[in-house]
Amino acid sequence: MARESEEPGMAKASKVKRQRKKKPKENKTRTVHANLLYDNAKGEENPNRNYANNKIKTTKYTVLSFLPKNLFEQFHRFANVYFVFIALLNFVPVVNAFQPELALAPVVFILSVTAIKDLWEDYRRHRSDQEINHMDCLVYNRAERRYTERYWKEVRVGDFIRLRCNEILPADVLLLSSSDPDRLCHIETATLDGETNLKQRQVVRSFFDLDCDFDPLKYNGIIECEKPNNDLNRFRGYIIHRSGRRDALYKENLLLRGCTIRNTEEAVGIVIYAGHETKAMLNNNGPRYKRSKLERQMNVDVFWCVIILLVMCLFAAVGHGLWMFQYGDKRPVFDVLSPEGTDLSPIMSAIYLFLTMIIVFQVLIPISLFVSIEIVKICQVYFIHQDMDLYDEETDSHLQCRALNITEDLGQMQYIFSDKTGTLTENKMVFRRCTVAGVEYSHDANARRLAMYQEMDSEEEDCTSHGGTLPRRDSVTSHQSARVVLRSQSTKSHRRTGSRAEAKRASILSKHTAFSSPMEKDITPDPQLLDKVNECSSQMDFMRFHNQPMSQLPSDLADIIDFFIALTICNTVVVSSPNQPRQKVRMRFELKSPVKTIEDFIKRFTPSRLTSGSNSSSSSSLITNRSSNRGCSSLLSSPSAESTLTKLDEEQSPQGMEHSFGPVPPCYNGNAWNLEDGELRYEAESPDEAALVYAARAYKCSLVGRLPDQVTVELPHLGKLSFELLHTLCFDSTRKRMSVVVRHPLTDQITVYTKGADSAIMDLIRPPDTGSSKGKRQKKIVSRTQNYLNLYAADGLRTLCIAKKILSKEQYACWLQRHLQAETAIQGREELLFDSALRLETNLQLLGATGIEDRLQDGVPETIASLRKAGLQIWVLTGDKQETAVNIAYACKLLDPEEEILTLNADSQEACALLLEESLHYIQAKFLCSSTDQAAKAFHSNFAPFEIYPSSSPSSSSHTTPFTVLQLGLVIDGRTLAYALDKSLEDKFLAVARSCRSVLCCRSTPLQKSMVVKLVRNKLKVMTLAIGDGANDVSMIQVADVGVGISGQEGMQAVMASDFALPRFRYLQKLLLVHGHWCYSRLANMILYFFYKNAMFVALIFWYQFYCGFSGSAMIDQWYLIFFNLMFSAFPQLITGTLDKDVSAETLQQLPQLYVNGQNSEEYKPYMFWMNMIDAFYQSLVCFFIPYFAYADSDVDLFTWGTPITTLALLTILVHLGIETKTWTWMNWLSIAFSTALFFTVALCYNASCPTCYTPSNPYWTMQRLLQDPLFYLLCVITPVAALLPRYFYRACQGTLFPTPVQVGRQLDKLPTETRRNILSLRRVKAGSALSPKPPFLSLSKPSPKGCNKKDLRSFPSSETSQGPALQMDEQGQRSPLGPADSNKGPLDLYAIVPTEKDTLPYTKDTPKLPEEPRPPSTKDSECLGKTLEASDVSLSGWITSTPLLSQTGSVQLNLPPAGDSQCVKYTRNSDQRLKSDHSIHPAQRTEQGAEQSLHTTL
Amino acid sequence: MGKVKGKSGPLARRPDNSAFKQQRLPAWSPMLTANTVLPFFYLMALICMLLGVWLLLTVQSTQEIKLDYTEAGTCDICFEKRKNVSNAAQTCTCTVVFPIKKALKGDVFFYYGLQNFHQNLRRYMDSRDDGQMVGRKTNLKNPSSYCEPFTKNQNGLPIAPCGAVANSIFNDSFTLTYHGSSGPSIRVPLLRKGITWYTDKNVKYRNPKNDNMTLAQVFEGTAQPLYWQKPVYELDPLDPTNNGFINDDLIVWMREAAFPNFKKLYGVLYRASQPFTKGLPAGNYTINISYNFPVQYFQGRKEVVLTTLTWFGGQNHFLPVAYLVTSCLILLIAILLTVAWWKFGKNGKRMEE
Repeated sequence: MARESEEPGMAKASKVKRQRKKKPKENKTRTVHANLLYDNAKGEENPNRNYANNKIKTTKYTVLSFLPKNLFEQFHRFANVYFVFIALLNFVPVVNAFQPELALAPVVFILSVTAIKDLWEDYRRHRSDQEINHMDCLVYNRAERRYTERYWKEVRVGDFIRLRCNEILPADVLLLSSSDPDRLCHIETATLDGETNLKQRQVVRSFFDLDCDFDPLKYNGIIECEKPNNDLNRFRGYIIHRSGRRDALYKENLLLRGCTIRNTEEAVGIVIYAGHETKAMLNNNGPRYKRSKLERQMNVDVFWCVIILLVMCLFAAVGHGLWMFQYGDKRPVFDVLSPEGTDLSPIMSAIYLFLTMIIVFQVLIPISLFVSIEIVKICQVYFIHQDMDLYDEETDSHLQCRALNITEDLGQMQYIFSDKTGTLTENKMVFRRCTVAGVEYSHDANARRLAMYQEMDSEEEDCTSHGGTLPRRDSVTSHQSARVVLRSQSTKSHRRTGSRAEAKRASILSKHTAFSSPMEKDITPDPQLLDKVNECSSQMDFMRFHNQPMSQLPSDLADIIDFFIALTICNTVVVSSPNQPRQKVRMRFELKSPVKTIEDFIKRFTPSRLTSGSNSSSSSSLITNRSSNRGCSSLLSSPSAESTLTKLDEEQSPQGMEHSFGPVPPCYNGNAWNLEDGELRYEAESPDEAALVYAARAYKCSLVGRLPDQVTVELPHLGKLSFELLHTLCFDSTRKRMSVVVRHPLTDQITVYTKGADSAIMDLIRPPDTGSSKGKRQKKIVSRTQNYLNLYAADGLRTLCIAKKILSKEQYACWLQRHLQAETAIQGREELLFDSALRLETNLQLLGATGIEDRLQDGVPETIASLRKAGLQIWVLTGDKQETAVNIAYACKLLDPEEEILTLNADSQEACALLLEESLHYIQAKFLCSSTDQAAKAFHSNFAPFEIYPSSSPSSSSHTTPFTVLQLGLVIDGRTLAYALDKSLEDKFLAVARSCRSVLCCRSTPLQKSMVVKLVRNKLKVMTLAIGDGANDVSMIQVADVGVGISGQEGMQAVMASDFALPRFRYLQKLLLVHGHWCYSRLANMILYFFYKNAMFVALIFWYQFYCGFSGSAMIDQWYLIFFNLMFSAFPQLITGTLDKDVSAETLQQLPQLYVNGQNSEEYKPYMFWMNMIDAFYQSLVCFFIPYFAYADSDVDLFTWGTPITTLALLTILVHLGIETKTWTWMNWLSIAFSTALFFTVALCYNASCPTCYTPSNPYWTMQRLLQDPLFYLLCVITPVAALLPRYFYRACQGTLFPTPVQVGRQLDKLPTETRRNILSLRRVKAGSALSPKPPFLSLSKPSPKGCNKKDLRSFPSSETSQGPALQMDEQGQRSPLGPADSNKGPLDLYAIVPTEKDTLPYTKDTPKLPEEPRPPSTKDSECLGKTLEASDVSLSGWITSTPLLSQTGSVQLNLPPAGDSQCVKYTRNSDQRLKSDHSIHPAQRTEQGAEQSLHTTL
Repeated sequence: MGKVKGKSGPLARRPDNSAFKQQRLPAWSPMLTANTVLPFFYLMALICMLLGVWLLLTVQSTQEIKLDYTEAGTCDICFEKRKNVSNAAQTCTCTVVFPIKKALKGDVFFYYGLQNFHQNLRRYMDSRDDGQMVGRKTNLKNPSSYCEPFTKNQNGLPIAPCGAVANSIFNDSFTLTYHGSSGPSIRVPLLRKGITWYTDKNVKYRNPKNDNMTLAQVFEGTAQPLYWQKPVYELDPLDPTNNGFINDDLIVWMREAAFPNFKKLYGVLYRASQPFTKGLPAGNYTINISYNFPVQYFQGRKEVVLTTLTWFGGQNHFLPVAYLVTSCLILLIAILLTVAWWKFGKNGKRMEE
């Protein structure tokens, strides 16, 4: 808007003025001249010289800069700086402990390993850069006066490039010409935003009338546009022609780098942004670096290690000072004076010693830990990549880990936030049923066929997708282009937008028409309906033949044919032929554009008095403009002062028409493929549309062509009919419907076909006049359709209503006038258009409704069930409407028919607050009644609401303690969510939500999604995982601790933002339960082991200080000391850290409960660090003192005594690892053997190599002598045994007496498969039997935002102290329906967080804390509660009728109609008997029944 | 792409179904439960027990005589004398008489022992030049800086052998005399050579190449260490080949002891003649000590140790006891575990199901 209003003013600005302005302006805009004009002017004069060229370089380093830059980057890591500091400290003679050069070795090693890794990565980047830079494209060459092949990197800003179909854009290009007659160019942006449907781009308006032969030489404009930015959806600028005329440029004119040209044979454009300045490149953010929870925890312990180190050094320093002090002035003969020959005072030597000790004890800070963790993580990622179970055959893609360093977080997730469409569902819409004129056609055959598809799903789709992949073309050119596509796709031209897999997938998908799997395309028509359609159309044919008016058609038949016509044309589907995918099919019978002007209207329709001129729609938006082209010629020519343009324009029009008659562009004329009618492909913006068009086609009512101004439909008997398309009122989410206005070719009436959500359409149906029979019929149709709609929704189908309206010419004219005004309005155009649409879509006549299934992905319910068993809270955040979302939630077992549903719908902040408060009360009450009789379940007392509710301050809620999850589901809509996310309410909202088993947020915006995730993550301090597939999930994915993208139909945007990309939702199960668990437990164990190992080793030296006057000498040779971590003990732990499996994959999946292990961080708790430290100190004591006493009082020398200690320590450490290793593969054996062998080999070689080189230790021949010493072997036997006895005993005891769940899982592993299966199935049976009792039907209705807040607050005073025991009694009766369920479980079942989960393991007896029971509420309160519960005052809100909550037997509805009449909150409870009777009612009627019942109880 | 991966077709990216990549390597996964662990415990206890008993028996057969001579016998005079640094140059000899009640059979080793002498101090240990000791001429004249401040004497002459270790060499000498019940006193023959590691004597310590020069000539231009009374090439007046850096006593001293209380080998009983062919017979012995080494400054003690050895070292009861204790511990734990398993074992099994 603003842009347009600016324009005239800017145009007026004289050139001179602009020149002056240029300097300050240059900061904001970029000016692009055509390069051709400056071809001879080298360098200096080229105005585009300052812009980046198209050569991309994503490498970080150059040959020269590598070393300094890489080192600089590595020193950002604090640990590296620390180790370098220590190494340098060694060069100070007073404090040095080791040979300085040797002390550098570990640091150098660590730094170089990282450097080599970086170098390799950078090299790979460099290679792929090269590949991309050397791709070809056609650039106009002035000298040769034609387009010549050039490398991408040679493209410069201002070049003209020609693009052919299926080529990838090398840079951001302003579209100047297109072979498409509509001056459009279709691009596919899958690599950019992942959307596989085609986008239309328009030629810049001033070049509209040029045809294919755009001559770059004649171009003389100057483009001024924005500076490069990363906003894909924004581009502004204008082009200044020599004449001084300016034309605005929009994002519709810009083709972005990385997109693929489709459907358009040829396009020419000028490069605006190149290389790194393209929007695609600016959008490439590097991979994300996250720090995992485990690593954060580890860093705390590293910090502790530092403290321990300092304490030890301090201790030694003080000890040394004292030791020196005791000799007083008389220095002993062994006290070496300083080089100057002077005494060092005890204090000075203590200070020096402190520094020396830091060097000696440096091993305590595990230098190799960081490197080892990285190595292990890389291996883990590799294994996850390689997992066959995570490979999707259909798409030939597997899981991708995009973030390398948070694999272990997968094992610690607590909350999952999931998108619905495309994540839980396939996002493949399948037509299932429809109802026309009140008659339901159940499409049984279709359902059967779908069932069949489900079985043979994978093979089928695989075949077809490959059929689609192979280019069935013979011509060389097309071959070439295909090759280009494949190659360029494979070069990862946009690396970070996705890997090769994605690129390839995208190319498969793009060849294969979007949104059309065989499942959607082949629809078995319902025979009855098919007959009717046939009958109908034959009658119409007959009537047309006999010139009878169509109105004589029986109304039901007319409805049927209208229904299908509406399905066929009320959409924006583009038709393409199969052998030339994405080539538009054009069948133009007449040339008429949509009505654009009143004159047009007058010309075409009966002249009327409406002659008041309205301006041409020069500023119409693309939505309407998409269909405007030819009609715009007048407006184009008017401001155009350029003769050539005008001339071209005039010449071109007829030409273009001729051209456009050809159904297939000439380039592909040689093609021998016959266009079969049924083989047309449809490309839709949404999968629903495609599904409906395919459905209509199954009834021989097929869309064969779409042009901006007309739609061609082929009907049986009638042949091809062209509907003149007058307007398209596009879908928007507020109206929730779309309409087309057409002129019916048979009746010549102006007809409006509307398609939309049932809630939207049903309100717009013309109220039938009950008088006439027609009206009665209408009424019947409406009520019946409503019935069926409810039924569909209950089945989880997406429902759409189809309606039509016939306009008289006068009505139309009347509407048109205002509509055109709206279209041409400058201010508030959007609103005006919206109003205009609202005016049109009234008084509709209902034709019917369709039920489309968005199939759940395979295994979704199972996955959700097992994830939930694993203790994960699953929230679904969807943009879908509440009804659909709820039904899908039921279908995927997110909501359980047994659980009660809290529905929060509020219209205002206060209402929302009130609702939340009530929910809390309700939960409180429910909690009380479910917990009072179960003392054993007392650990429920950490019940969050109680903590949060009183103060509603975040600090009061204990975040770490487990909180209760009730058998409740929470459904909240977007608007209420917005209120609930408000600062004042978020705590309450969380309190409610966290105690619900599942939460469903409908109609939520992307921002809300991320806010919810952020809220939960920050307030509850839990690990969150967000999973989604579309662009709307990106923000949520980025906010969560772990973001998972589904590399599904909606493409790559979610994947780009994600840490892990999955082909399917169901893979999440294995990813989390198996790989997450493994990664977590492996890494946790490895880190603990590392700490242990280093502490144990360092403590040996520490003990020795007591025997050497705290002088910092070490009995362990410096070589061993330095290489112990790096070499001798490094490999086994890496192998174990990579390969160890505490429980087998099968058991982990069968017993999801084992996942709790990671959630509670049970492998690595803070106390475990200290336990390990204590163990380390114990072991080092043993390893030190056994040799000490064994050699005491002998003539042993220091290193002959120190070497056995090193050996013993190594053996002990290795055996310790052996105890901690759960599975022994040959690699474990090998690594341990290798480590031992390596140590002895190195020691022997080292001790034999040089008699003088290794001052001061100089351990020549020590090892050799030791190996001859029997004492050495005796020590080797006794020491590890004694050292490891406690740990071994502890493990054995624990394994025998208190096995953890994981250990039980391992025991299950050991059993033969059959026994295991029996055990597991037994457990399931037990679980099933306990499921019978049903919870009560509870309805909580909140009629008004204001009202009895006071009363409520009174009845639930905020302090929990005042709650007495009385409610217990009161609640007894109410609780009874829950009773059987709960009592079944018995006191053993402490683990059951969710009451329904009978199949939790009984071994959980050792679950530690049994927190105190909550205090029941006071008598007064309970009475009040009882009263409110008994009162049966329900205000039934409107949506109950439209929401078929059939399967929800227990449901709590908290509703806040905007203008409620009742002013009080009531809790209503239906009796159980009623509930049971309710159950027996046939599902179809149940909604109504339920609704009526509620009404009945409203009293 | 196909080229790179070597395969193409519909399932080009399918991961290999190999045991390694799918993490299905055949593995042994031991369960640390009573059933699996108990046999091991019992076995270990048994092995340790047997070894312990065997070792204990072996150690019992050894004999050891320790004699602290710091102030014993007539040495108290020398002890007082050494208190004063100014008397360092004066010689002092003393005699200690001691009985051996039971003959020491077999090879008898004569050690001198020092207590509270920290040979393992870091800076003390570093204060030596291995290059010099291995006979490098350059190091002989230019000792390594590690030797500071014992590199040059007051006259600027390089010290050979340099460093604190060599400087503080133990310079007492002993002669042992046997007073048998019958017959005259016999001087106990001690082998004063071959008491070093072979590699030390032959590889690690070499005299500088002498090219037919005498040792004295070779060491010309160097000074003896500060505390020494004679130069390095005159350490052993009896055997000229035992002089210089390859002097056995020097080598033994240079091998720094691990603990502040240590002993070092002085000699081995030469059993060629009667009555020492079977070891040291019982009877009275006197030991004549050339008392040079001062220990007052560090509250040290000096001692002489006569001992026989077993195949795994001297008379040290620790190792057999350690074995026995460990064995008992394991046994105890094993029994505990057995009881626990017996009592709660069923419980555990039920959990399993």
